[in-house]
Amino acid sequence: MALRTSPEIGGMGHSLRRKEDPRFIRGKGTYVDDIQLPGMLYLDIARSPYAHARIVRIDTARALAVPGVLAVITGQDLAKYNLHWMPTLMSDTQMVLPVDKVMYQAQEVAAVLATSRYAAADGAAAISVEYEPLPVVVDPRKALEPGAPVLRTDKKDRKDNRIWHWEWGDRAATDRAMAEAEVTVTQDIYIPRIHVASIETCGCVAHFDKVEDRLTVWMTTQAPHAIRTVFALVAGHVGLAEHKIRIISPDIGGGFGGKVPVYPGYVIAVAASVLTGKPVKWIEDRMENLQADSFARDYHITAQLAGRRDGTLTALRITTIADHGYTDAAANPSKFPAGLFHVCTGSYDLRAAHVAVDGVYTNKPPGGIAYRCSFRVTEAVHTIERMVDLMAHELGMDPAALRMKNFIRPDQFPYRSALGWEYDSGDYAAALRKAMDRIGYADLRREQAEKRARGELMGIGISSFTEIVGAGPSKHFDILGLKMFDSCEIRIHPTGKAIARFGTKSQGQGHETTYAQILAEELGIPAKDIKVEEGDTDTAPYGLGTYASRSTPVAGAAAAVAARKIRDKARKIAAHLLEVAEEDLVWEPGKFSVKGAPGKAKTIQEIAFAAYTDHPQGMEAGLEAVSYYDPPNLTFPFGSYICVVDIDKGTGQVHVRRFVAVDDCGNIINPMIVEGQIHGGLTMGLAPALYEEISYDESGNVQGGSFIDYLLPTAVETPRWETDKTCTPSPHHPLGAKGVGESATVGAPAAIANAVVDALWHLGVRHVDIPITPPKVWKLLRERGVTE
Amino acid sequence: MHIHLTVNGQLHEADVEPRLLLVHLIRDVLRLTGTHIGCDTTHCGACTVLLDGRPVKSCTVFAVQARGRHVTTVEGLEQDGQLHPLQEAFMAEHGLQCGYCTPGMLMTGYAFLKEHPRPTEEEIRWAISGNLCRCTGYVNIVKSIQHAAAALAAPRPAGASQGGA
Repeated sequence: MALRTSPEIGGMGHSLRRKEDPRFIRGKGTYVDDIQLPGMLYLDIARSPYAHARIVRIDTARALAVPGVLAVITGQDLAKYNLHWMPTLMSDTQMVLPVDKVMYQAQEVAAVLATSRYAAADGAAAISVEYEPLPVVVDPRKALEPGAPVLRTDKKDRKDNRIWHWEWGDRAATDRAMAEAEVTVTQDIYIPRIHVASIETCGCVAHFDKVEDRLTVWMTTQAPHAIRTVFALVAGHVGLAEHKIRIISPDIGGGFGGKVPVYPGYVIAVAASVLTGKPVKWIEDRMENLQADSFARDYHITAQLAGRRDGTLTALRITTIADHGYTDAAANPSKFPAGLFHVCTGSYDLRAAHVAVDGVYTNKPPGGIAYRCSFRVTEAVHTIERMVDLMAHELGMDPAALRMKNFIRPDQFPYRSALGWEYDSGDYAAALRKAMDRIGYADLRREQAEKRARGELMGIGISSFTEIVGAGPSKHFDILGLKMFDSCEIRIHPTGKAIARFGTKSQGQGHETTYAQILAEELGIPAKDIKVEEGDTDTAPYGLGTYASRSTPVAGAAAAVAARKIRDKARKIAAHLLEVAEEDLVWEPGKFSVKGAPGKAKTIQEIAFAAYTDHPQGMEAGLEAVSYYDPPNLTFPFGSYICVVDIDKGTGQVHVRRFVAVDDCGNIINPMIVEGQIHGGLTMGLAPALYEEISYDESGNVQGGSFIDYLLPTAVETPRWETDKTCTPSPHHPLGAKGVGESATVGAPAAIANAVVDALWHLGVRHVDIPITPPKVWKLLRERGVTE
Repeated sequence: MHIHLTVNGQLHEADVEPRLLLVHLIRDVLRLTGTHIGCDTTHCGACTVLLDGRPVKSCTVFAVQARGRHVTTVEGLEQDGQLHPLQEAFMAEHGLQCGYCTPGMLMTGYAFLKEHPRPTEEEIRWAISGNLCRCTGYVNIVKSIQHAAAALAAPRPAGASQGGA
């Protein structure tokens, strides 16, 4: 996209330095734990050592004897106010604190309120709970077996552990296509439970001001407005009406979906502040964060892909068991219990597809959030990209050639997928060609053949993913009934500077910079003259928040639309000032000039001044606008990634030698920030592919519950990412932009897994579940006699 | 226990519990909140500060261990209103996103560059391998440190300070 503004204005396409950075590089950001109020109390939480147990007795005497401890809060205390349970975003129910039994290891059991952080921790350690252990259900497949213990005994009519059964697509047509297929491949794929592990954990400072009768909560949340409404709905009966609640989401140390849900700790802190009238701080530690906060993935998938011997793909069938833990606390649009998993036909022109998903209760923490992806899209992409590779290998075709043969062609857009999505735009072959050229695909295949002849293990993996982001059109998308629009409100000051507020909330994406650039593009006001604010529900317009790569597609569009409203009014004012008809004016970023007389012009700054000092009679003064943008469709960013791995035969270690990522997110607002998002996304794709997993033993004990064994990639494991791009604008987005923050997380794991299988295929390996750890690979090699 | 210590060149005194962690002294008592906490097992490095010039994870040092010693936090990098070249480099190279790991990265990078003024990329990656970042994928953090190394090696105008402690 050609630049339309000068570097001084800094509109779209300029790699402007970030407005956020000066405070962060000085250590002057304000994160939740940085907030310290006079008289503030501290909350700490005692947690269950059992995955499933009846609570016989909670003894608080020793805790209350700890100096500085003021109170212990149990489920019984909350039950007096009917606050011991709360609704989840999927309209299930979740315990704030238990009165009867615990359902997973590390579940909140009681909370301690104290005058210091240390006293609160001492108090939590001094709480003594007598438990009666109950049978534990860890495996969701066993949870569905007849005779399995029914976990949700609080739900009177529940007879089993199936939360819901959901189907999408044409079952009959898919069955027919499968029956007629010349070749089918079938594969079980497990996408394990992982955790976003943002470096800042979750927490809040709740402050109920008894004089003002008003609650302010500084909170690690990606969706402050929705949280305010949820709090009002949950606690309205104890007097917390929505106008008495102010949620402030200050600087956030990474979100990735983990800061969308409401966790019990927040609610307990709010209740404690309301009861005491004092500010209460709750900050979870890393182990609490990993062991109790919402997980991602945990999909047990069986997929079947059908095609013809010439490589034409025809149909896809997927059945999945989704392990949700003890409650469905996923963060999905209400209509879609499996999120957007049904984008699983991916980049390919398939005739028929059918998806069936069963949500299941187990004795594990709740969740089902995204991990830097748009509602189960990584699960979808991983499945289709593994299946396409499997088919290519089965047919003896090159995986790139099979993809090229089956890609949706550019002339087919807007493209209606077999599962009903309307893809907005794409040129998948161009992205793959670019990636192949960049990495030297043909040479790599030759090198691989030579190495294989020498007994060395080298693999090349491709992932040509299609994302689906920007939820979403109000016809289909809501969370708890709240439609998934987003908002921008702009005020232009008399001197031509501006403030703009949004319903989203940056957690590192750089909104203060990119939103200012959108407004600079549309209004010609220099980005440096535009202040962007988000995260305070008292001042920002209502919006659904930042997750699922929706900020640019939805709030970014709202910014453009609001700016264009301002431009329309500015045109009227300019016509008045220049004494010409509106139609005689031409706009270029920053000024209106008279057609044929370019010297006769008014800058946006002059117009802004006139809006307050010399506005036309009959027109309202001021220069402000607001937009609540309801997107007509989602945006479909895409890309092709190629990964080269070498595998150490002695240790089974996978070394990512090269990784080329070609991304297409339409028109780009700030290329520097987009590239940074892709670097980060790729690393969060590498992480579950090779390192990260949270698993449970048969007693429900968590494995991978601290940074000791939950392995985030460091700079040493992370490859030198090679990035490139194509540009296919979105036809329906006002700026032609698409979301990008999660593409790489979604696309990368399949490229890595495909490369590993590619390296091992000749040994008879058809699939390896992620994370592909050295012991897993070593075992495969040993079974095949490749290593001792 | 009564302790005194120097933080960013300024002498402080405090009465502390023997078990008080240095990071809590810095954040909660001295109210220098640029030093962050990201884990409880000394893995993430968000709390990295310099103790007598050496980087330490301040969540694994007791405040009393800093008695009589010099602590430098991210707030001490800027000298006389001049950012340290490493801070400039992180902004120029987009070496930060959410900013949470950034103070730890800066302190580790600062100490590393003192010892290794002309580092290779590999050396930089190993140097920051005790600091976790979830946003950037490290690419631009490595570039930032390279950028700062080049800036620090460049001839400086007479009288310009190297900055820092």
